[in-house]
Amino acid sequence: MKILVPVKRVIDYNVKPRVKADGSGVDLANVKMSMNPFDEIAVEEALRIKEAGNAEEVIAVSVGPAKAAETLRTALAMGADRAILIETDETVEPLAVAKLLAKVAAEENPGLILLGKQAIDDDSNQTGQMLAALLGWGQATFANTVTVEAGSITVARDVDGGLQTVKLNTPAIVTTDLRLNEPRYASLPNIMKAKKKPLDTKTPGDYGVDITPRLTTLKVAEPPVRSAGIKVADVDALVEKLKVLGVGA
Amino acid sequence: MALDPDIFDALLDGVRRFVSERLRPLEAQVSETDEIPDDLVQDMRELGLFGLSIGEEFGGLGLNMEEEVRIAFELGRTSPAMRSTFGTNVGIGSQGLVMDGNDAQKAKYLPAIASGEIITSFALTEPDVGSDSGAVKSRAELDGDAYVLNGSKRYITNADKADLFTVMARTGGPGPKGVSAFLVPRDLPGLSVGKPERKMGQQGAHVCDVTFDNVRVPAENRLGAEGDGFKVAMRVLDRGRLHISAVCVGAAERLIADSVAYAKERQQFGKPIAEFQMIQAMIADSVAEAKAAKALVLQTARAKDRGERITEDCACAKLIASEMVGRVADRAVQIFGGAGYIADYGIERFYRDVRLFRIYEGTSEIQRTIIAREALRNEG
Repeated sequence: MKILVPVKRVIDYNVKPRVKADGSGVDLANVKMSMNPFDEIAVEEALRIKEAGNAEEVIAVSVGPAKAAETLRTALAMGADRAILIETDETVEPLAVAKLLAKVAAEENPGLILLGKQAIDDDSNQTGQMLAALLGWGQATFANTVTVEAGSITVARDVDGGLQTVKLNTPAIVTTDLRLNEPRYASLPNIMKAKKKPLDTKTPGDYGVDITPRLTTLKVAEPPVRSAGIKVADVDALVEKLKVLGVGA
Repeated sequence: MALDPDIFDALLDGVRRFVSERLRPLEAQVSETDEIPDDLVQDMRELGLFGLSIGEEFGGLGLNMEEEVRIAFELGRTSPAMRSTFGTNVGIGSQGLVMDGNDAQKAKYLPAIASGEIITSFALTEPDVGSDSGAVKSRAELDGDAYVLNGSKRYITNADKADLFTVMARTGGPGPKGVSAFLVPRDLPGLSVGKPERKMGQQGAHVCDVTFDNVRVPAENRLGAEGDGFKVAMRVLDRGRLHISAVCVGAAERLIADSVAYAKERQQFGKPIAEFQMIQAMIADSVAEAKAAKALVLQTARAKDRGERITEDCACAKLIASEMVGRVADRAVQIFGGAGYIADYGIERFYRDVRLFRIYEGTSEIQRTIIAREALRNEG
């Protein structure tokens, strides 16, 4: 079985994002970028499945600018076998990414596509689901544990109030949640060797996919600054305040 | 040969992340228990930290000096005891072998040193021989196919964990030219290691006495020619000093970052103390001094990569960087005020830790001696 792992280059999770003055988006000039943490968990899970002897090849794929090759190199350094970069400088929405991934899946015939449940930049949480619909495959989102058997995959999903276990026939789509695993550090020698692993560069045109955005962003704003609270003298004053605010019963 | 910039950036990023996510959270624990946890040592091995300076043909990374110091800047941003775990394999414990070992010696030991499977130590200092290192008293007498080694070594970093020592011992007459270097495996009969010393700082990194009582060291374990030992040691130390200088810069950058963060958060007289000019002056002095030291370290590393003679420059870098980080740590304690004196904030720990940099691998006084000797010889 092959495993396809889509990865996205996003603003590093340690960086405090700044909104552009014109409200058109987040300022990414000279900001550290790295692999979406949920995707890193997906790469780790794919590697564990391969190391357990349940997959032969792990292929990382990314849609984005030329710099996204660095993110693919990270996946290769962690242990992925090869990578595909679908290069574009245009804004790509989840639907466009899902359409491109469906084309890649048609070429590569993976038994499993493992991807992050969402990217930490736009928090869309759509690509995996759209991809499942386009391919007509079963899907398990928000994976907490993944168990691979012959012809099927059992996934315990993080849902409100506990875990829901589902069984999928392969090929299948699984999106990863935070508790699935703790990704490894790419070793320094493997970072050096990653340069020698194959990385194919394609364009959306090669797959005949129209990636024109369907959505328009109206405005991006910083979260409102929390205003200072007040101190009340005693419980009676607190209850009184809550009543005034309409919170009390 | 230098690496592609994008590969090196990825390496640097990997080290930076390991330092901030894996090492920094354990600083207090390591200091308290005086131990580096085994699983952390294993993670350091897996990351490849033991092989930074050893050639790719032996399984290391084969970094050049500029690359090594840039990695060391990052490693300096956590407790020095963390770096010390693999520091001897990167520096003084392996470099005698890397520079002066023959092919057979390299093939036998370097792969295991690069992987961290064996730990190395450098044994020059003795109870009566510190700064005057050309006067070593330990003796090695040739007897058939082995040298019989007698004597004792003091303050030997990582001796308690070491599997292989580079030992300087006298094979000839008095003075530096009578000293030879040997690769001494720990398991040879007659070699014993003392208890770790109790130290001012850098808990987690251990130094011990090493005693040799008629230890028969195979003649093939001599490093370089007889009488070359002091030269080997000095070349190893030149390189080591530059690495230590880079660690000093990293530690200073960490202390400055911590000081700035605290000064912006700590409120007095109704505003953050960062808004007071006397605090700002301390931060400015620390930043300026750290940048000057960093520039000197980078310039010296580049000169070494071009093959220039760098003895004077390394001594300058070690003197400037180690004295600098002492002042930066002192200012950090001052900016933190009362909190700077309290163990929970970690600043007093750094203050104690960095004190060693002015002493080991040549005291500041020895660096000045070297600089003056070189300046007088070169007429300026």
